[in-house]
Amino acid sequence: MAFLSGQDMTGGYTGTDILRGCTVEVEKGEISVVVGPNGAGKSTAMKAVFGMLVLRRGKVILDGEDITGLPPQLRVARGMSLVPQTHNVFASMTVEENLEMGGVTRAQGVAETIGEVFELFPVLAEKRRQPAGELSGGQRQQVAVGRALMTKPSVLILDEPTAGVSPIVVHELFDKVIEIAHRGVAILMVEQNAQQALAIADTGYVLVQGENRFTGSGRALLADDEVRMSFLGG
Amino acid sequence: MENLLNAVVLAANYLVIPATTYGCQIALGALGVTLIFSVLRFSNFAHGEMMSFGTMITIFTVWGLQAAGISIQPLSTALLALPVSIAATIAVTLLTDRWVYRFYRVRRVEPIIMVIVSAGLMFFFSGLTRFVIGPEDRNFDDGVRFIISAREFKERTGLAEGMSFRTTQAATIIVAVACVALLFWFLERTRTGKTMRAYADNEDLALLSGIDPEKVVMLAWTIAASLAAIAGTLYGMDKSYKPFVYQELLMPIFAAAIAGGFGNPLGAIAGGFLVAFSEVALTYPYKRLVSYLVPPSWQPDGLLQFLATDYKYAISFFILIIVLFTRPTGLLGKRSA
Amino acid sequence: MKLLHSRIFLFAVMALLLIATGLVQSWSVVTTILNLCLISAIMSLGVNIQWGYAGLVNFGVMGFCAVGGMAVVLVAEPPVGAAWSAGGRGIAISAFIVAVAIAACLVVARKLKLRTRLKQLVLAAIIMIAIFLLKQVFGPATEAIEAVDPSLSGYLGGLGLPILASWIVAPVLAAGVAWLVGKAALGLRTDYLAIATFGISEILVTLVRNEDWLTRGVKNVVGLPRPAPYEIDLQQAIWFQHLAAGLGQPVDGFSTIFVKLCFAALFIPVLALLMWLSESALNSPWGRMMRAVRDNEVAANAMGKDIKKIHLTVFVLGAAVIGLGGAMLVTLDGQFTPSSYQPQRFTFLIWIMMIIGGSGNNWGAVLGGFLIWFCWVEAEPAGVWLLDLLTRGLGEQSELRHHLLANASQMRLVVMGVVLLVVLRFMPRGLIPEKRGQSFSD
Repeated sequence: MAFLSGQDMTGGYTGTDILRGCTVEVEKGEISVVVGPNGAGKSTAMKAVFGMLVLRRGKVILDGEDITGLPPQLRVARGMSLVPQTHNVFASMTVEENLEMGGVTRAQGVAETIGEVFELFPVLAEKRRQPAGELSGGQRQQVAVGRALMTKPSVLILDEPTAGVSPIVVHELFDKVIEIAHRGVAILMVEQNAQQALAIADTGYVLVQGENRFTGSGRALLADDEVRMSFLGG
Repeated sequence: MENLLNAVVLAANYLVIPATTYGCQIALGALGVTLIFSVLRFSNFAHGEMMSFGTMITIFTVWGLQAAGISIQPLSTALLALPVSIAATIAVTLLTDRWVYRFYRVRRVEPIIMVIVSAGLMFFFSGLTRFVIGPEDRNFDDGVRFIISAREFKERTGLAEGMSFRTTQAATIIVAVACVALLFWFLERTRTGKTMRAYADNEDLALLSGIDPEKVVMLAWTIAASLAAIAGTLYGMDKSYKPFVYQELLMPIFAAAIAGGFGNPLGAIAGGFLVAFSEVALTYPYKRLVSYLVPPSWQPDGLLQFLATDYKYAISFFILIIVLFTRPTGLLGKRSA
Repeated sequence: MKLLHSRIFLFAVMALLLIATGLVQSWSVVTTILNLCLISAIMSLGVNIQWGYAGLVNFGVMGFCAVGGMAVVLVAEPPVGAAWSAGGRGIAISAFIVAVAIAACLVVARKLKLRTRLKQLVLAAIIMIAIFLLKQVFGPATEAIEAVDPSLSGYLGGLGLPILASWIVAPVLAAGVAWLVGKAALGLRTDYLAIATFGISEILVTLVRNEDWLTRGVKNVVGLPRPAPYEIDLQQAIWFQHLAAGLGQPVDGFSTIFVKLCFAALFIPVLALLMWLSESALNSPWGRMMRAVRDNEVAANAMGKDIKKIHLTVFVLGAAVIGLGGAMLVTLDGQFTPSSYQPQRFTFLIWIMMIIGGSGNNWGAVLGGFLIWFCWVEAEPAGVWLLDLLTRGLGEQSELRHHLLANASQMRLVVMGVVLLVVLRFMPRGLIPEKRGQSFSD
């Protein structure tokens, strides 16, 4: 049994199922990447894992425990953390305040964790007094990830962290993601940059119309001709 | 030279001091409205009645204290009664949230439904205060009236114009400054205050960060209620308490909040002063002021008043309309409300 | 539940309430209540057109009522010749200045290609010049008018037309005002619209209260001509004495009831006509489109509907109906008293009627008008009676008892507020819900 696993997840909004028996899993210290065409239900799968979507069938298991019925806030307390695709920073608040808000549930040790985040993203330390809304796209994503790390999560879920970010920054950001994984965090990530993302993935999932089409190690998927032809643009 | 001094004194006495005092009162009211708007995302039509309710409690407490012979002369007993009024207003506001607003809040209804609900509460509370204390005009300021009276000022300076500075005006300004300082310290420096800003900024992300929405909402109501009780009491102490007038304060308060960009506390304060100064400046007859500044042969015949005092509420309305059309996000605002 | 929502049953209950009041209190009271129920129903219909059909929040009902009421004065009162000769020219010149200034502003704003800053300056200059010119003409003219026999007239008077003509003029006037307001405010977010209309109504009432040359202001206009017979004439008419005797009624008492019934006979056809028009409109393709726009503005927009234009139409229509209600009220009262326009009574009470009756449903709005007006009127004696009973133990000398009894009439605001909140929560679609589609709280 994987550390975090969403099994056979089925559900959606207002009647129609967006997810149809989708399964995603991730181990501690590893990176799982979910790729697929637009409308495949990738973001919905992340929401389902985080409890922001009521499942009609299937379950979510964290560290051997069934958490399917748990609301998102309680999942945060259990060590899960989510970086949404958009609106993922408090735009009117400074970088430091953003991080502080990330750690709001913790009684102490917030200052140290902020230090750790600044170590991971040195640029944020420089801009700590600037409102997050005034930062560049890449820096803003760093704030978003940093905020999510403030709870010292065991699982970090990233919904397209590189959307609207320049290619060089994508590379940089993925390096950081690997670094975070090396600290023992399980990372579940949805990505548009499928090629680059699968390159760093321990496990990759190709989702089509809410179903798992291909599953395998990142390298294996990249090598698979069919996957390359249909989803990675040759 | 003396004419110029007289003009300055006159302007201070009839324009600057009253407008500053009034501006403080409006700003405190607008802060409450803007806070509720940024956290609960609706325009609270009941805010004027909350101010009225708070003032009513102040008056009852003042009566009680007076009966018991307790006073803080030369200051108004109302200032001593303020904590009671704040506590009562908070209690009532939290109850209305629990019994009325919460039902709609958890269902995430459209803001307009909340507006209609708040209008219902306004109706209810306007009846309640009028029933309990009666619709009459009440003066409850029992402090020493003047810090400087016009006569005293004239005697000391030898000028023709007097300047009076009433105790209630000083109290208004001091209390308002203290409230604003405390509020901003809370919002900018404390963790709880920051969670409130975070919730106002991005509700979904606040939830993902584990911020408890109920706590934030309760806090917003608590602060708004305190501000309402304080603003209402200060206004009533400075002018007089009449339930009907508090209903009419709603317009300048909304105008101030919108001019400042709904949801922007600094803007609400600026808006309060904009509204107050416009109201006073446009309804003031400038005849005497001008007579000090121009040669006798140029004396104006009219009152030189732009607008009759009866139309002062129209001024806040026009400010509102102009802001809505030219800068819908408010004069200071960047973020759309 | 089905019975509870059946409109025949509900209107029957309403009728029974009125009849019971007649038996317990008096038929004179019932006819008074009935007339105001009819007027309230019309105002409630007007608000329903705006909110129920289109989801537009008009918290300025009071303003349109006042405009409608003013129309009665302007139509039915005889012109005051002396006032016209004293200040008529000044007013005419002022009107001309305003018209020219507005035209100039429009030309500058729409036609001239200037930089924004410069344009604003030019506009400001035009307005300043217009204000300066108005100061020279308008002030003296109004002073002259107001000086003409101030205790009796002191205003321009009206056109001296039959009072019923005002029932046509009032909706037109209210519609005109609504068009201006709508043009300015309908693009706003819903709660800004609520605030804006609320503010506009305060300003309209301030105007009516202070522009003595036009409306006599707080000096009121009393003794408006009546479209119904006068009691005194009835009492002296032979046929009426026979009629009263035939019904076994005292002539004096019956004459007042008869007069009120005459008013009712004028009001009922108006309500019936409005009801027929509203029902046909609501069930026409136009009405369906209206509701589609209300329920999903984005989709309607995508379908290429010009939402702003549609909203403006509905807003104007609703305001016209409210204005008509306002005119009928002044006609019934026989006097125009600007200080009587209070938002509680003229804006929020009407809203309560519409919501409790059932927003989006014309029958509901009418029922709400009847029921809530009935409760509003009866809550006062009921409140006094209840407080009298409750405080009897305190003894006749009790100050508390006196205070409570003196303010008992305020209790009805409390009661109505509670009723509104309870209905909003537990029966958000009202007594007679809209037939289909979503409504209030969804």
